[in-house]
Amino acid sequence: MVKEIEAHGLPVVHMCTVVPISLTVGANRIVPTVAIPYPLGDPSLSLDEEKALRRKLVRRALAALQTEISEQTVFNA
Amino acid sequence: MTKRIVHYINQFYAGIGGEDKADHRPERRDGFAGPGMALGAALKDAAEIVGTVICGDSYFNEHPDEVTPQVLEMIRGYAPDLVIVGPAFNAGRYGMACGMVAKAVSEQLELPVVGGMYIENPGLDLYKRYGYFVETANSATGMRQAIPAMAALARTLLAGEQPAGGYIERGLRKNYFAEKRGSRRAVDMLLKKLAGESFATEYAMPVFDRVEPQPAIKDVRRARLALVSSGGPVPKGNPDHIESSSASKYGKYSLKDIDDLNAQNSETAHGGYDPVYANQDLDRVLPVDVIKELLRDGEFGSLHEYWYSTVGNGTSVANAKKYAAAIAEQLLADHVDGVILTST
Amino acid sequence: MKLQIGNIEIRDIRFAPLTEIRDGVLYINERELLEKTAGGDQRIASVEAFIAHPGDSLRIMPVKDVIEPRVKVSGAGGVFPGYCSGVEQVGDGVTHVLHGAAVVTTGRIVGFQEGIIDMSGPGAEYTPFSRTHNVVLKIEPAEQIDQHEHELTLRLAGLRAAAYLGEAGRAVAPDARRDYQTLPLLRQAAQFPELPKVVYVYMLQTQGLLHNTFYYGTDVGRIVPTFVYPTEVMDGAIVSGNCVSACDKNPTYVHQNSPVIHDLYDEHGKTINFLGCVITNENVTLMDKERSSNITAKLVEHLGADAVIISEEGFGNPDADLVMNCNKLERLGVKTVLITDEYAGRDGGSQSLADSTPLGDACVSAGNANQLIHLPKLDTVIGYPEVADVIAGGFDGSLHEDGSISAELQVITGATNELGFHYLSAKSL
Repeated sequence: MVKEIEAHGLPVVHMCTVVPISLTVGANRIVPTVAIPYPLGDPSLSLDEEKALRRKLVRRALAALQTEISEQTVFNA
Repeated sequence: MTKRIVHYINQFYAGIGGEDKADHRPERRDGFAGPGMALGAALKDAAEIVGTVICGDSYFNEHPDEVTPQVLEMIRGYAPDLVIVGPAFNAGRYGMACGMVAKAVSEQLELPVVGGMYIENPGLDLYKRYGYFVETANSATGMRQAIPAMAALARTLLAGEQPAGGYIERGLRKNYFAEKRGSRRAVDMLLKKLAGESFATEYAMPVFDRVEPQPAIKDVRRARLALVSSGGPVPKGNPDHIESSSASKYGKYSLKDIDDLNAQNSETAHGGYDPVYANQDLDRVLPVDVIKELLRDGEFGSLHEYWYSTVGNGTSVANAKKYAAAIAEQLLADHVDGVILTST
Repeated sequence: MKLQIGNIEIRDIRFAPLTEIRDGVLYINERELLEKTAGGDQRIASVEAFIAHPGDSLRIMPVKDVIEPRVKVSGAGGVFPGYCSGVEQVGDGVTHVLHGAAVVTTGRIVGFQEGIIDMSGPGAEYTPFSRTHNVVLKIEPAEQIDQHEHELTLRLAGLRAAAYLGEAGRAVAPDARRDYQTLPLLRQAAQFPELPKVVYVYMLQTQGLLHNTFYYGTDVGRIVPTFVYPTEVMDGAIVSGNCVSACDKNPTYVHQNSPVIHDLYDEHGKTINFLGCVITNENVTLMDKERSSNITAKLVEHLGADAVIISEEGFGNPDADLVMNCNKLERLGVKTVLITDEYAGRDGGSQSLADSTPLGDACVSAGNANQLIHLPKLDTVIGYPEVADVIAGGFDGSLHEDGSISAELQVITGATNELGFHYLSAKSL
């Protein structure tokens, strides 16, 4: 999906947990997430902490969309 | 009883004319025409070419929706057992026409199709799965090799057998029951690999294609963004009945009145992971709460009104690609600049 | 460890006043079976029992687990350690098997999940459990139960039922006996020094509700990869909590009869030296996947293996675990053969796996799970046919008005089993 949308001319940031799959299938901007059943959360945290974590990850995705790249890039921080 | 074959060829091989006649409308002729003569001879007593359907290459490619059903009706009229297309060699439009005929015949008449194309003919990549295509030379000088090879495939198929080879791999995975169970086959393969003997893998691992990265968004604070997910986030009740695995569709849902996903307004349709955490708070899959906050805080310019969702679980790459293309069209129409896609 | 498996061939199952085996027939006191199954668990509201024979016009859905009745006649511990007995090390001594019989659990659906077993018709060919005489237990939980507890309750009930029926075989003379032996590592390596040493890398699905597997009762998602004697598995050391996309999840029955283990034992001492198994998990975070594949590779190297068979369970993100295990082992010079299944689309024209590696040059395919199948109406349905529309592999309209079902092979229990238990495969046309 990521590739097809990008092929239409839109930059896509892929937020996913299993980064190796994302790399294999060919996403270009990748933000690693927490876990498969809750990529953008963590039930072991309090709701406020969880939201802060989610906010951090989404802001990282925004930064990734703003970053020029020439090859597949994983945005770890 | 002699089996019946219909042959599809273009205006050039039918002797109507070259490029100047490429807008020739579809027609049918009883019996063989052009290369059908040699084909008929190579088929010997196995089958007879009872009819030939002809169309100009340009006309077919410019009016595929009109021509395909016409050609199909002409073919059906001869009640064939098998259809032969081409050979098209490296003629691109002819190859496309042959491919479209092959697709229609195999899907709608459920008949086997035999053809021939040069390996780089664009029609091959798109349509090879719909027929048994012999690899030919890139021009008609290869006719003498192509004809007997195509006739041999046709004879095998008409005998109700699966050809052992002699055609370009169709890229289709077909189930069958093996003689030994899977674990025993694995042990046999291991013994061969250990002994340094040759072995045949049952599945050749794919090589995935790549897409060039799109340029970055210059200033995300002025950009229009959209949310897409393959993790199956849907409104409560899954109104479109997106399947828990092998999704046959995607959903499009308005974000206008939603600032936060929760157990009351949303759920996941995905059957590939433990859904309990997503169903408690779907922001964990699609971060709507944070996106709305960041929008209010001016961290990006504007938000496309809808989120798009499908279930990646067990869904074929071809289908996922189709949904993504449809989604991308809608995003482009709304002047979206960038996409956040979440996966589980 | 040395385990003797004594197979008692079961040719028929009937309800009767007394639970016993006579002349290859398993007679069951129904009331006692129901009591033992419920086991006094307050979370269970009702249990019903049915018998399904091969060839019956009968469908079971949604199927949660299939379990083989066994009994430990001698040696430490009992069957299903961690559940039906303590946690002694099993895998040594004598175990009797009611071969040809199985317990099948069904009941209200837990999630999207669970499978179908047809005892006759086209669907029967795709499931190994159309060939067993099945004691079908329809178990309904109390209303206020949550999903995780619902799954656990039924898992325990099924194991209790299988252990109860297995007891009937304790004093019965088996029709066939076979010994399986694996020595402690250094002695095992020395036993056949000239033969290549082989380890089985046994991947287990561990992703949460209906995706869990247990070893001596503990969640395999919470262990690091570890060494397992192959005979432990025959005593039920590995239990399934796992049936979503039922085609390629391993029911407990398949672990008890773990096919790679049996087929490697067939070659043990002849063409290979089978050292044992490494069980590993398929977890939901990348760090877990990295850690488990690193430790798996290290452990296999430490054991001194020349080659491994790696079996996957499930599809999608576990394809990444499979690829990591393959890459890391091949890079250590260990030859790999992989067993997986495929999701190539209904027409078979799509890429089959979510991840890929050029080092995975030896793959066994258990078939394309997306293939559509039409299951005609059968006379009897035990369970809930209406879940056809929502289980993995089904879709809106899967269940037709005439009672027939159109769905993907995914819905059929064991159809594309990746331990290689069944015969289905796929080839390129």
